[in-house]
Amino acid sequence: MSSFREKWAEWGVTLPSLAWLALFFVVPTVIVFGIAFHAPSADGGYSSGFTMETWHAVVRTPYKEIVWRTIWISAATTFLCIVLSLPCAYAIARMKAKWRAIVAGLIMLPFWTSFIVRVFAWRTLLNPDGFLQHLLVSLGLCTPETMLNYNSGAILVVSVYSFLPFAIMPIYTAAEKFDFSLLEAARDLGARSFFAFRKIFLPGVRRGVVSAALMVFIPAIGSYVIPDLVGGRDSELIGNKIYQRTFPDRNLPHASALAAVMGFSVLVPLACVAWWFKRQDAREAKRLAEATARKLSGGAA
Amino acid sequence: MDLASEFLVFDHVTKRFGALTAVDDVSFSIKKGEFFSLLGPSGCGKTTLLRMLGGFERPDSGRIWLDGKDITDAPPNIRRVHTVFQNYALFPTMTIWDNIAFSLRLAKKPKAEIEESVDAMLEMIRMGDHAWKYPSQLSGGQKQRVAIARALVDRPQVLLLDEPLAALDLKLRQHMLLELDTIHDQVGITFMYVTHDQGEAMSLSDRIAVMNSGRVEQLDTPAKIYEAPVSSFVAAFIGDTNFFEGTIVATDGDYCTIQVPGFAAICAYNDKKLDVGQKVHLSVRPEKIRVTLTPPPPEKGARINVFQSQVTDVIYQGVYTKYWLKSGDRSVSALKPHSRFLLDQETITWNDNAYCWWHPDDGYMVENFSALDESLVQTTPSAAPKGAVS
Repeated sequence: MSSFREKWAEWGVTLPSLAWLALFFVVPTVIVFGIAFHAPSADGGYSSGFTMETWHAVVRTPYKEIVWRTIWISAATTFLCIVLSLPCAYAIARMKAKWRAIVAGLIMLPFWTSFIVRVFAWRTLLNPDGFLQHLLVSLGLCTPETMLNYNSGAILVVSVYSFLPFAIMPIYTAAEKFDFSLLEAARDLGARSFFAFRKIFLPGVRRGVVSAALMVFIPAIGSYVIPDLVGGRDSELIGNKIYQRTFPDRNLPHASALAAVMGFSVLVPLACVAWWFKRQDAREAKRLAEATARKLSGGAA
Repeated sequence: MDLASEFLVFDHVTKRFGALTAVDDVSFSIKKGEFFSLLGPSGCGKTTLLRMLGGFERPDSGRIWLDGKDITDAPPNIRRVHTVFQNYALFPTMTIWDNIAFSLRLAKKPKAEIEESVDAMLEMIRMGDHAWKYPSQLSGGQKQRVAIARALVDRPQVLLLDEPLAALDLKLRQHMLLELDTIHDQVGITFMYVTHDQGEAMSLSDRIAVMNSGRVEQLDTPAKIYEAPVSSFVAAFIGDTNFFEGTIVATDGDYCTIQVPGFAAICAYNDKKLDVGQKVHLSVRPEKIRVTLTPPPPEKGARINVFQSQVTDVIYQGVYTKYWLKSGDRSVSALKPHSRFLLDQETITWNDNAYCWWHPDDGYMVENFSALDESLVQTTPSAAPKGAVS
């Protein structure tokens, strides 16, 4: 009886959020995916009737380079964000409580300004006549002819800048819970500082790192504004292509097909992470079960 | 002090944190293989001293020598000094086996040697069945033992223990005390033990340094510290005591008579050879004071201090009864051990007129007295402020 009631209570709690997700996430995704099986219409919409023509067109179009670029820029952004966030989160977590709040606030501060304005600021900064170019030229690090703007490198730099707070915050949250006396213990037992950081701190905040990776990778792969503003002709990402197919080309089915491809490329790493977490939990459960079994058999003997 | 020939030496070590002087010009040395305790209330500097030895704090001045080498500026990872942390600090992502093997793997010891050493340690702490478990699956006492094993496995020169039993319950603490003693005997490594618990320090240590406000007040064997405290702080912090403040009015050979205002004249052993007119503070431990309904039989040649008093409070503890007696203006605490079957005996209870008495040799004159330390002495329950929990 009680399990029946519990089940209903569980459903009662879960249902609203489930319905929300279904209505605003699953249904639109299915619709977008479905559009890819229709032919485009002249008014920028799509006509009725099933066709595989769009998919054939998508496969025929040489997207290989663009997909590859999207993936490597997203992966590089994720990697750089995490590498930069780790020492940063570590440092914040070691600060006094008062300073922690201030610095965490400063990291979130850029969000008070429009994202597009901030990316535009980078465009100015990376301009051939901009401050950065002058500085690098005066330092002898590049020539006045070097192009800082409108290439993959610019996209990478601005992406790292934009998504860095999304990486710092989850790692910092994990680091805040980390027991720093473990690092002292490692040092005490003969570990160098960096070894202790790598072997004790990093595993200690690994869940924060995984969250950070997702928080950066997912928006990075769908990035559209950044490549549009600081990218060049030969550094388009899949997000730009989807825009181009939707509006200038007025080919909604083609855009939908691309969006589906992009969606899968996000879901695959997501599924991997979910599987990894699940496996960890399962291992933990198995260990506990083994422990209990041993205890019981030990007690019996 | 010959710095190079002693095993472990603190030489005029001072450490400040801002305006606070945590460790104030501390000098002492420890013998090899000794079980040495730093005992004191929280904030007395004992943990700072330990952390300086571990390499986690650097002294502002002074040097630390270990086995003839100056280790003051050496980082923690190259000192052969390991710490058992108060919260154990076991690595949560590693199994017990990996935790213990940590230092040996860092030292790149051969695999066979690591296995042998770790298994031997697991056997010593009787945790062989738990080797594959993770720290979160262990009880407090088990974690404690693993932390000790992890710190001992590569045979450090000194093992530092930072309040290792503070997080355990009473029974487990008593058990771990015995275990620590056994482990110390087995491994023969120098132990430096930090605690605020006088019971732990007294039962384990070869010698104790009693610390107060950044200084070592007294460094001696447990018995010497208990019986002959140099200061009112040591007398009151370790065990309980009665302080009598007075002036010497007469001397007679090894003994003297102290006039205590509001109380009486007390005869005491004059080990400091003080003269008439000098102010003294006499410490008399409660268990040295006898409480009887009849006066003690006169002994030939003995100068026993006998005072008539009234029982104001009685706390029965099974092993003994603690009495608070009023004599003159003074409240005196006394412990009466029960070595015989109590129910057959005539017991002394509240409001009885009783005699309290002690032998002049059982009082001890403390050299340094601070009125602050009187607050450490247990006061009578009825004198405690209202609402206070005793």
